[in-house]
Amino acid sequence: MSSRPSKEVIEKEMESFNTIETPVLKEELFVHKVYDEIAEHFSQTRYKPWPIVEKFLITRPDYSIGLDVGCGNGKYFNVNKKIWLVGSDRSEGLIKCATKYNSGLNNDAIVADGLFLPHHDNRFDFAISIAVIHHFSTEERRIEAIKRILSKLKLKTGQALIYCWALEQENSRRGYKEGMDQDILVPWVLQKKQEKRNKKEKVGVKDETVKESTTNQQQQESKELETKMRYYHMYKKGELVENAEKAGGVVIDHGYEKDNWWIIVKNA
Amino acid sequence: MKFLTTNFVRCPIKACDSSPDSFPLKFQDTTLIQEEQDFNPQFIAAMLERLDWPAVVSVASDLGNNSLPSLKPENISWEDQENSQLLKDLHTLLLETKIVEGKMVCRNCHHIFYIKESIANFLLPPHLAS
Ligand SMILES: C[S@@+](CC[C@H](N)C(=O)[O-])C[C@H]1O[C@@H](n2cnc3c(N)ncnc32)[C@H](O)[C@@H]1O
Ligand SMILES: [Zn+2]
Repeated sequence: MSSRPSKEVIEKEMESFNTIETPVLKEELFVHKVYDEIAEHFSQTRYKPWPIVEKFLITRPDYSIGLDVGCGNGKYFNVNKKIWLVGSDRSEGLIKCATKYNSGLNNDAIVADGLFLPHHDNRFDFAISIAVIHHFSTEERRIEAIKRILSKLKLKTGQALIYCWALEQENSRRGYKEGMDQDILVPWVLQKKQEKRNKKEKVGVKDETVKESTTNQQQQESKELETKMRYYHMYKKGELVENAEKAGGVVIDHGYEKDNWWIIVKNA
Repeated sequence: MKFLTTNFVRCPIKACDSSPDSFPLKFQDTTLIQEEQDFNPQFIAAMLERLDWPAVVSVASDLGNNSLPSLKPENISWEDQENSQLLKDLHTLLLETKIVEGKMVCRNCHHIFYIKESIANFLLPPHLAS
């Protein structure tokens, strides 16, 4: 039995998404609100660093200073202990997870919007932004987000590694592929504990003590599935490079990894 | 928020971008805790080079610490025994001092950002986020 919503349900959600007037409100309802709601659960699924991100971080010169824009639960915070990393994310829920699970000597986490980064221009040696920019709902805002990151980098030497979800998914169960609409809603199925229902039936154990029956009652709290939809713009081959160039950047390397397009970009 | 981080954040409001007053923020009504951390003198010496020292002095003073020299200690080699106390003190200030509650005020636009339960929040109200 699949707990994923049907195609019809997703299409209906997409219709209501499309009627929302501004991109800001679209992202508020279909990105930020969702991440706050799924933060703890989402965080539990994020711990494996992607190889190219890991490599990028490990190859930074010792004691470089960097940003992690849209850091989520901070899963990249401790890859390299010889750098200073300031992570930021729109979701307070995820920043709480970052401080709880991944905080370390060499990093810190703050709540901030990628389009309004509270940092100096031209100061940082590097930045990463992993799986974040695809959550902006217009091309203009995605380019602006790259521009904001570039503006924080040191002029000649600063480098940013940026990942966005690819339309061309290799072996994904989701089966998205070329030719599809690039703007989609992706369901996140959340197990939500429901209020105790007044179920009286016994759960098969005989001779229960009072204590045991309380335990049973707690187990009866039915776990209900709740689906949250996140908005994504899936990047076509070449599109991320193009966005970065429109943002005024020079792409020094790019590729495809784990169903994502990535670039390493610096200021022109 | 760690003390060190105060050296890397400023007011995010566009109109303050070019104002020198958007950094450092002014810290008010703060609650601090000291959290013990491993001491890595090499890390501290490297950070020292990258810090905006007047901002360190300013924020320290906001937090009630007026003991810092007004000029940045220069050429501090971490291997030099002579520097070990200085680096230890800086370690205590920069990495072990955490602001758990408080306000951060932009000296240019006077907007107030809050720190709650150790988390600094720089999100803007809708009318400023454009
Ligand atoms: C797929 S998660 C990736 C998190 C993390 N970078 C990682 O690799 O595990 C996307 C993240 O982008 C953040 N995000 C979305 N829109 C944002 C915005 N406008 N500003 C800052 N962060 C944003 C979300 O809150 C979420 O943490
Ligand atoms: Zn300001």
